[in-house]
Amino acid sequence: MSLLNLHLKVWRQNRGQSGHFQDIEAPEIPDHASFLEMMDIVNERLISAGQEPVAFDHDCREGICGACSMQINGVPHGPEKATTTCQLHMRKFRTGDTIWIEPFRASAFPVIKDLIVDRSGFDRIQQAGGFVTVRTGAAPDANAILIGKEVADAAMDAAECIGCGACVAACKNASAMLFVSAKAGQLNSLPQGKPEKDRRTLALVRQMDKEGFGNCTNQYECEAACPKGISVRWITKLNRDYAVAAMKEAFVGQQERAEGGE
Amino acid sequence: MAIDSKIPSGPMGMKWSKHKQDSKLINPKNKRKYTVLVVGSGLAGSAAAATLSELGYHVKCFCFQDSPRRAHSIAAQGGINAAKNYQNDGDSVHRLFYDTVKGGDFRAREANVHRLAEVSVNIIDQCVAQGVPFAREYGGGLANRSFGGAQVSRTFYARGQTGQQLLLGAYSALNKEINRGGVQMYSRTEMLDVVVVDGHAKGIITRDLVTGKIESHAGDAVLLCTGGYGNVFYLSTNAMGCNVTATWRAHKKGAYFANPCYTQIHPTCIPVSGDYQSKLTLMSESLRNDGRVWVPKNAADAGKAPSQIPEEARDYYLERKYPSFGNLAPRDISSRAAKEACDDGRGVGPGGRGVYLDFAEAINQFGQKTIAERYGNLFDMYEKITGESGYKQPMRIYPAVHYTMGGLWVDYNLMSNLQGLHVLGEANFSDHGANRLGASALMQGLADGYFVIPTTIAPYLVTQKPGAVTTSHPEFQRALEDAKARTNRFLNNKGKRSVDSFHRELGLLVWDKCGMARDKAGLTEAIKRIPELREEFWNNVFVPGSGDAANPELEKAGRVADFMEFAELLCQDALTREESCGGHFRVEHQEEGECKRDDENFCHVAAWEYSGDLAKPTLNKEPLTFEEVHLAVRSYK
Repeated sequence: MSLLNLHLKVWRQNRGQSGHFQDIEAPEIPDHASFLEMMDIVNERLISAGQEPVAFDHDCREGICGACSMQINGVPHGPEKATTTCQLHMRKFRTGDTIWIEPFRASAFPVIKDLIVDRSGFDRIQQAGGFVTVRTGAAPDANAILIGKEVADAAMDAAECIGCGACVAACKNASAMLFVSAKAGQLNSLPQGKPEKDRRTLALVRQMDKEGFGNCTNQYECEAACPKGISVRWITKLNRDYAVAAMKEAFVGQQERAEGGE
Repeated sequence: MAIDSKIPSGPMGMKWSKHKQDSKLINPKNKRKYTVLVVGSGLAGSAAAATLSELGYHVKCFCFQDSPRRAHSIAAQGGINAAKNYQNDGDSVHRLFYDTVKGGDFRAREANVHRLAEVSVNIIDQCVAQGVPFAREYGGGLANRSFGGAQVSRTFYARGQTGQQLLLGAYSALNKEINRGGVQMYSRTEMLDVVVVDGHAKGIITRDLVTGKIESHAGDAVLLCTGGYGNVFYLSTNAMGCNVTATWRAHKKGAYFANPCYTQIHPTCIPVSGDYQSKLTLMSESLRNDGRVWVPKNAADAGKAPSQIPEEARDYYLERKYPSFGNLAPRDISSRAAKEACDDGRGVGPGGRGVYLDFAEAINQFGQKTIAERYGNLFDMYEKITGESGYKQPMRIYPAVHYTMGGLWVDYNLMSNLQGLHVLGEANFSDHGANRLGASALMQGLADGYFVIPTTIAPYLVTQKPGAVTTSHPEFQRALEDAKARTNRFLNNKGKRSVDSFHRELGLLVWDKCGMARDKAGLTEAIKRIPELREEFWNNVFVPGSGDAANPELEKAGRVADFMEFAELLCQDALTREESCGGHFRVEHQEEGECKRDDENFCHVAAWEYSGDLAKPTLNKEPLTFEEVHLAVRSYK
């Protein structure tokens, strides 16, 4: 194990105020430590000096809860591919490095404090339609619905999304399309999710727009930044599902009006 | 006080259906007049909140994370058990029940375990209907794998992230109900206290972790679904935020804390690498389906590279000691065997605190591709953390604190002795006895949330006039003032040491004296040392920042303050239980390294009551009777 001497430029901000970068020296950081453990060491030193530590979101520290959310040297979750910040280790850095540490930046993710941002927009999107309407206790036997392995595996690929928001932070438009398409894609491709596929697709996309996320212009930075490697082909599928659902809605709406319905 | 567990009469297999039949119903029109407060949004909390809302109750749900989807159930890797017998390998409700009672070393309540086994099959149906993408076979049916302590293959899984997929399923059900207006969700909101009015839990005090605002919420019943207390050890596989605060606060308001000394040390975790370490990472038990655990036969070989140690010089100690279960021996037994090998000087890696988990044979047999399909994300995680590849050389693993079987005491209806306070999932004590089998935690969380509480809450609620107590009651005012005073005390303390430094010190002490092996001298010493450390904490802790904004140090301070008190009860329980069972290993009580139970004197639940003096808790006992499974020496040989 060796020790690294690092220079940090860390974003500091209080809610509702403007922020700034603070220069923090971080000498003698063990290279076996994770990035968040490096932050712990830095915070411990700040506290010893009577200063306020850097606030950041984190919880499971095993790459699955999706809480950690730093922009490291301009890249969400840092330089290592398919890795969350908590799973990034200091052996990926060299002594003498300067590291820029910022919150995920998007107007739909307002800063709460320092590196903590408000990602509740993601929750509201899923509340709008990210579910199968089934009551507890009303389910048929699990093997009554046979699902081919290929279909199940594809749904699982989409389901791996941990809802961290790196896709939004990586996108120049702050688009949430990768996230929304993964959520829609999982349920839309399974037989259980088919009956309310159109309704779900429209609800998710409309809430996404309402939250202020930007449009997708197919640059695919999201896929490159995604710690779970979610593929942009889900965006293609969502666009297709949306086109079908919107068309059906327009057509059915027209027909209902013609028939004197609502 | 006498303990009434309210176990229904009748034969074991009929108790739950009879109880459901006999339970009172509330008419749909009246249900919406009742408010239920659900604290925690993991598997138990989300499932309960969603289902109660479906039934028509008004639900408020709280979590300290920024989204209910991040509760720590998310991190469960391996799988969930259910007695589906899709493999036709002889599984049944009775066998799952039997395995769980035996796995818990005959210290669980039989009737609860039987109910758990019965509803296990409904859970899988429910999750599949929600769109949980379980692993499947080519024919389209569900796939299974094996887990420790069982000789059948009954574990359903979704790659190495079953917990995330099940939680996303429960979260989607919760979202459906939030959207419908049945559930009000409070994220980034931490519970600081329970409000008790005339002996009934009627509300909670919370702190908004963004604005710092401390508020009260009244309800007709309170559900604690707040997980376990493994972080009392500081280093554990738990998420950083996991804490004992909700259950401990309830305990101090009168709820019994049962069997705190039953803690689970998981055998397969990545070893500690330095004193900066913040948590330990689990490598799923499912790896033991294909991985073989070994250490060198001779201590002299312990420093050598694994490839330099020939087959005949290796000791596959689990296969040797427990031939019928081999590498799938239960967690407590596998952990102790690893410790024994390391204590023997045969441990590998830095500090000699590690054993090998070797996949060479499985890779030879099935190919690396198949192994990667089964456990790819676990191998990746191992490589990220250690910088080594588990495909090229054996993984190094060591036991770590993982789960806590103890928790608040509950009756068959999941209600604590404190009326109206219900406790679900890991936060209660009831189903796993002294050791939990792998893939059973997810099963219990969802069983409690989806299928048990929706039935068992009604008998309490019918006795209550809905909305009778409001936040204008003086008890709410008092609890609110207490919470504010405590917060201010942290902020105004002019100490020198960080919260973490105290937490680490407490954790080391508890791990050392009340970890994998415990004895009278060590426990007595810890019981003396903990109050001293607690006093130093209150005198010398430094909490920077303010109370009216996000302040992670302040959040941690409140949690560590509660761990400082809880740790003493943990050690007292371990000292009082003069036997070894499951995860509780007293070195004085053993037979050739195996647990030696004392059924004559300790076949009971230790339900501790807060007496007003932390040093002198009152012990209440619930005797355990076994009608169906005969008390026997637990053997996996």
